[in-house]
Amino acid sequence: MRNIFNYVDRPSPIHRLTGATKLVCLLLWSFAAMLTYDTRLLAVLPVLSLGMFMLSRIRLKDVSFMLGFTVVFMVLNNVLVFLFAPQHGVSLYGTRHKLFSLGGNYVVTAEQLFYHLNLVLKYLATIPIVLLFVCTTNPSEFAASLNRIGVKYSVACAVALALRYIPDIQREYHDISRAQQARGIEMSRKQSLVKRLRSAGAILIPLILSSMDRIETISNAMSLRGFGKNKKRTWYMGRRFTAADFAAMAFCALLLAASLWLNRVNGGRFWNPFQ
Amino acid sequence: MSEEIIRFEHFGFQYNAQSSPTLFDINLTVRRGEKVLIAGPSGCGKSTLAHCINGLIPFSYRGERTGSLTIAGKTADALGLFGISRHVGTVLQDSDGQFIGLTVAEDIAFALENDCVADPELHERVKRTAGLVGIDTHLAHAPEDLSGGQKQRVALAGVMVEDVDLLLFDEPLANLDPATGKAAIELIDDLQRQTGAAVVIIEHRLEDALHRDVDRVVLMGGGRILADMPPDELLSGALLTENGIREPLYITALRYAGVEITPDMAPRSIEAMRLDEDAKRKVRDWFQALPESAPMEEQSAQLEAEGLRFSYAPGEREALKGVSLTLRRGELAAIVGTNGAGKSTFSKVVCGFEIQQAGTLRLDGADLNGLSIKERADHIGYVMQNPNQMISQVMIFDEVALGLRTRNVPEDEIRERVQEALQICGLWPFRNWPVSALSFGQKKRVTIASILVLKPEIIILDEPTAGQDYRHYTEIMEFLLSLNRRGYTIVMITHDMHLMLEYARRALVFSGGRLIADAPCAEVLTDPEVIARASLKETSLYALALRCGISDGRGFVRRFIAYEREVARA
Repeated sequence: MRNIFNYVDRPSPIHRLTGATKLVCLLLWSFAAMLTYDTRLLAVLPVLSLGMFMLSRIRLKDVSFMLGFTVVFMVLNNVLVFLFAPQHGVSLYGTRHKLFSLGGNYVVTAEQLFYHLNLVLKYLATIPIVLLFVCTTNPSEFAASLNRIGVKYSVACAVALALRYIPDIQREYHDISRAQQARGIEMSRKQSLVKRLRSAGAILIPLILSSMDRIETISNAMSLRGFGKNKKRTWYMGRRFTAADFAAMAFCALLLAASLWLNRVNGGRFWNPFQ
Repeated sequence: MSEEIIRFEHFGFQYNAQSSPTLFDINLTVRRGEKVLIAGPSGCGKSTLAHCINGLIPFSYRGERTGSLTIAGKTADALGLFGISRHVGTVLQDSDGQFIGLTVAEDIAFALENDCVADPELHERVKRTAGLVGIDTHLAHAPEDLSGGQKQRVALAGVMVEDVDLLLFDEPLANLDPATGKAAIELIDDLQRQTGAAVVIIEHRLEDALHRDVDRVVLMGGGRILADMPPDELLSGALLTENGIREPLYITALRYAGVEITPDMAPRSIEAMRLDEDAKRKVRDWFQALPESAPMEEQSAQLEAEGLRFSYAPGEREALKGVSLTLRRGELAAIVGTNGAGKSTFSKVVCGFEIQQAGTLRLDGADLNGLSIKERADHIGYVMQNPNQMISQVMIFDEVALGLRTRNVPEDEIRERVQEALQICGLWPFRNWPVSALSFGQKKRVTIASILVLKPEIIILDEPTAGQDYRHYTEIMEFLLSLNRRGYTIVMITHDMHLMLEYARRALVFSGGRLIADAPCAEVLTDPEVIARASLKETSLYALALRCGISDGRGFVRRFIAYEREVARA
C-alpha cells in the first residue's frame, strides 16, 4: 500500500464528486451514525452505503484487506462488551427479558442482544462510507479539499507532503534497518529490552539525520518556488462544486439533522422498543 | 542582448556560524542569453555562490554580506526571496528530494499555485511547459514511477513554468547515468536557445558539462574566482589540474603525448577540437611506445551467482531476470547500468537483504541460502551510498566497534581490531573524535572501517564517490585500491565512467534485470551496442584514438589507463 489512500481510479458518480464534498459528507455521515443508537436510522444507513458502494463501482476485492480487518475488530468489540458487561443492555433499556443462561452472571437477555445489534449496525453504517472515501478520493485532491473546507493551506500542504514522502521514508527505513542488521543489530524479541532500545536507536538515528537533510532540501525547494508568497493559493487538482456536490452535502446534512431529531424525540441516544 | 541579470561587485559572504568568510571579493556578471559553467572543488564556495544567486542567502541562510549583488538591477533585499524567484529558477541537485507534488503535473504547477494562477490558465501553462521539456505524456505519474532523468525534467519544468530570466543548475549530473546526463546537457542547451534565458551550471564534472558549448567557465577555489574565461582558454592552461578539477581525458592524453594545447585548437570538446597532422603523429608515436598492458591473471572463483530471479512483490515486474555471474578472489569489479537495471537489487540479494525467488548463490562453493543477514555480513560487507544512513554512534571508535559488540567479541579483541581498521582507513588519529566533526569523505571512511572490522572477504560499495570532487574521489579510490591489494575483493556500483575505467578491471553491465556484458572496462566503454543498451557513454579517449588514425581504439584506452596509473603512483 503506497499510503493511507487506496485510490481506485474507476470513473463513477461518486468519483465525480469533489474531494471536499466527500470529506464533508464523511464527517456529517459519521456524526449522524455516531450520535444516535436509534435502530431505525442505523438500519437505513448501511442500506444506503451499500447502494453507494455499488454506484461507485468499487469491487469487494479492492477493499477486502480493510474489510477483513474491520470485521475482526467488530467481532472482538462485541465479544469484549459481552464478557465485561453482559447486563449492559438491561441497564440501558430498564427492562429484563431473559432468553437463556450461560452460567453465572452471563445471562443472555433480549436487551443485550438488541444492544449488540445496534453496535453491529453502527459498524455497518460507518465503515463502508470510510472505505468509500478512501477508495474514491484522489490523494492529490485531498489537500485541495482540506483547504476548501477552511483548513489553512500550509496545513493542507503539510498533509500532502506527508502523503508524498511517507513511502520514501518507509523505503529508507527498510534499507537502513537491513544494513544495520548486517552489523548485528537485531530487533527480535530474543533480546533484552535495553538491547532492543539500543538497536532501535541504531536504526532511528540515521533515519532521523537523513530525514533532516531531506527536510532542508524540501523547504528550500518550496521557498524557491514561492511557497508562502500569498495569503491564498490555487490548486491544480482543485475542482469546482457542481449541483451533485451540493445535493450530496445537503442529503448528508439531512441525515445528521434526522439523527439529532431522533435523539430529541427518544429523549436520549437510545430508541427503546421494550417499553 | 546585454541585459545584466546577475552582477556581483567585490562581493563577500560569511555564514553566521563560521569564523571566516566563505566568499571573498567576487566579481561576476551574467547577462541574458549567456551560458556560464561554474567549476571548483568541494568547499570552494560554489554552492554558497549559488545560494546568493537564488536568494537562499540571505533569506534562509544568515550571514554577513560585503560588496554588492544585484539581480535584474535590484538588490536582494529590495526583491525579497519571492521577488528573486521570479527572475531566477533553481534546479537543485537532488531531483527526488525537490519533487514536491504527488504527481508530475502537480509538481510543475506548484509555483503557479503559489502565485494564485487559476484555471484554465493553470492547466494550460502546466501542459505547455511539460511539452517543452518532453514530459507531457507522464503528467499523472508519481515520482516513484519516473527515472532519474525524467525527475530532472520535472524539476526543470517546475521552474520554467514561471518564465524566469536565469536558470541555475546545482550539479545537474550528480545522480544521472552517463547517457541521461548527456541528454540533460543537451536539453539545457536547447531550452536556452528557445527561451533566451541565461543559464548558470554548477558542476565539477567538466568534461560531461562541456558536452555542449558554454560561453564562459568560472573556476573557483578557496572562496575566490580564480578564472573567468572561455573554455578553450581555460583548458589550454594548467589552472584546472592545479585546483583539483579533472580536465577532460582526451586533453590529458594529448598532454601525455607531448601535444601543446592552445585556445585556437578549440579544445572544448573532442568533436570541435582541431588536431593537425603533427599532433596526430605525436599521439600515434606515444601510443606505439607504450607497452601493451598485461592481461589479467585469472583467479579462482569466490562468489558464484546462478540464475538469480527476484521481484519485490508477487506479480510485480522482475528486478532480476536470471542473473548468473562469478566474482573472482581479489578482483576489483564495477557494476554499471541505468537506475532500475538491477544493480542495487543484485547487491541486496547477495547480502541477504532480499531473498531471491529462484537461483543460487555460492561463496567458496558453499550455498549461502539459509544464512541470515548477520551471518552473511561476516563474509560480504555492504557500504551504503550515504554515510549518514549508517552512522548511529556519537564517537568514531564506538561506531566502528558496533558490529563487534553486537557479536559479543571480547573487549580486548575489539580494541585490537578497531585499531587495525582505523589505521587502514587513516582514521586512527581521530579515534576519540565525535563522528559529527568529520567531513563527508571521512565519514565514508568511518562506514568502510565499520565494515572492515568484521573482516569480510568481499566488500560491495554503492556509489563510493558520489558527490566527491576529484581530490576526494582520488583519495577514496586509492584507499579502496590499497584494500584491494591487501586481498579484499571489491565491487563498486557506479554511474561514473571515469571511476570504472580507471580503477575497475572488470565491468558487469546490467540492463533491464539482466547481465548484458561482463568484460574488461576498456572493452565495454568502446562497444557501441552495450553503451546504447546500458545508457553508458563512450569514452572520449576512444574518439581521440580514432581521430588520430589509431585503429586499435580499445588498446589505446587500455594503455592510457595503465600509463596514468603509473603517473598517478609516481
